[in-house]
Amino acid sequence: MIEVIKPGLYSSIQDKGRFGFENYGVPISGSMDQFSSILSNKIISNNDNDAVMEITMIGPTLKFKTETTISITGADMSPLLNGENINLFKPHIIKNGDILSFGKLKCGLRCYLSVLNGFKTKKIMNSRSMYANITKEFRISKGDILNLESKINSNNTISLNDFEYENHFKGPFIEVYKGPEYEKLSIKQQTNLFNKKFTVSNKNNRMAYQMNEAIENNLDSIITSLVMQGTVQLTPSGEIIVLMRDNQTCGGYPRILQLNESSINKLSQKHMNDRIIFKLI
Amino acid sequence: MKTYNLKYKKFGEYSILVEWPQIINEKILNNILLFKSELDKKNNVKITSCKTSYNSLLVTYSDHNNKISELKSFYNEIKISKKLKIDKWEIPVCYETEFGKDLNLLEKNLSLTINKIISIHSAKQYTVYNIGFLPGFLYLGGMDERIFHPRKEKPAMNVEKGSVGIGGSQTGIYPNNSPGGWQIIGKTPIDLFDINRNNPCLVKPGDKISFHSISKKEFQLITVQEKSGIYKLKKNNK
Repeated sequence: MIEVIKPGLYSSIQDKGRFGFENYGVPISGSMDQFSSILSNKIISNNDNDAVMEITMIGPTLKFKTETTISITGADMSPLLNGENINLFKPHIIKNGDILSFGKLKCGLRCYLSVLNGFKTKKIMNSRSMYANITKEFRISKGDILNLESKINSNNTISLNDFEYENHFKGPFIEVYKGPEYEKLSIKQQTNLFNKKFTVSNKNNRMAYQMNEAIENNLDSIITSLVMQGTVQLTPSGEIIVLMRDNQTCGGYPRILQLNESSINKLSQKHMNDRIIFKLI
Repeated sequence: MKTYNLKYKKFGEYSILVEWPQIINEKILNNILLFKSELDKKNNVKITSCKTSYNSLLVTYSDHNNKISELKSFYNEIKISKKLKIDKWEIPVCYETEFGKDLNLLEKNLSLTINKIISIHSAKQYTVYNIGFLPGFLYLGGMDERIFHPRKEKPAMNVEKGSVGIGGSQTGIYPNNSPGGWQIIGKTPIDLFDINRNNPCLVKPGDKISFHSISKKEFQLITVQEKSGIYKLKKNNK
């Protein structure tokens, strides 16, 4: 098991998500950057859906009380094992008593820690993804004990394509499809959406990312309808909101764009004031 | 089933959105729910999510190769004689002002006595059009317009779990402690959403809800019974 010495800014356990309860208002949740969390699992030959720790901006300090193998992917938060720097994207064998901590955030916003066969926190409604009012906690706290299996494996089975990884963190382009209400926008509004520079506001979390810049809006609200991860909503005051993994399942704002899966992952690694350009697929 | 002229739209990489006419009524709701229940019965492993709202159905697939034409012909072949299985629930609500913190305000603004507000609210049968916003939050339609009341200008920071509120033309129950802007008129001791049950949410879209007024003593008794798991919520499926 792992003892949480310091929880970091916002660390939670996530898997691919909680499916099948959306019609009861339960979001799918899951790792914000699924690309990085699945990659982290693959590095130590886990299953894609094994539960990982999603770490946001400031990393935790964790004490291992079991031997295991770990890997860390996603944002570079300068991970340290017993005070020594360790590499991302590599399996590391952990001994009983080892301490994992993090230093300076160098790029990205969220990193993913995998342990062999995944974190064994309690499954609720077929998933270990933490979400308020479904799981007991929505993030980890100081003193928490997280269960895992005692097992090691040092076979690295995956080779990384550096270019793909570069593209994942850099560049402003977010790929989108037209949303159900896109055609209701005027030509000017449509042009603005793709020509205007947007930046991520301080209102960004697992539920949604709001942009600093607004566009003119005269569309009426719609009868409460269905939204999903990556839906871009336009509020009455013209604000642009991109729904993320813990999104509400329905909403009444016009749905003007829809991100593809890889752009949701990419946006999850963006910070406040990072630049975004929507690009039509 | 060719009752309505439906619009089918691709929505993102993996989903198809089906839209009914933009009117709120039960015929449309039942048509949507029948479509969903027939889809659910097929147990298509390629469908990862299927959800409904007032005028729409959203089907999400595990790959890109999903065709609007297939979904269309599936809908058109559903027999209209198929009936939906729905439940009618009777929810106990204590309308004492201790719980119904905004009853005094509503009495003033609506020019109705508190007793009249309660009798109007508990006389109607409501339809569950949608569940969302929070896990287990029911969007109920069918409220008597005499008790329509705007939401609060500033949402309350903490509305207690079980609170029954009025927001515009809608009424509903808060399934968990949360911030909220609805005017609170009472509280139910019933856990509508419980993660420990096989089916966490008792109520489903299309079901009917009615409220019956209980005293504070009954409220306390049901709270204890509910906690120990011996309370059985009344169904009135006549």
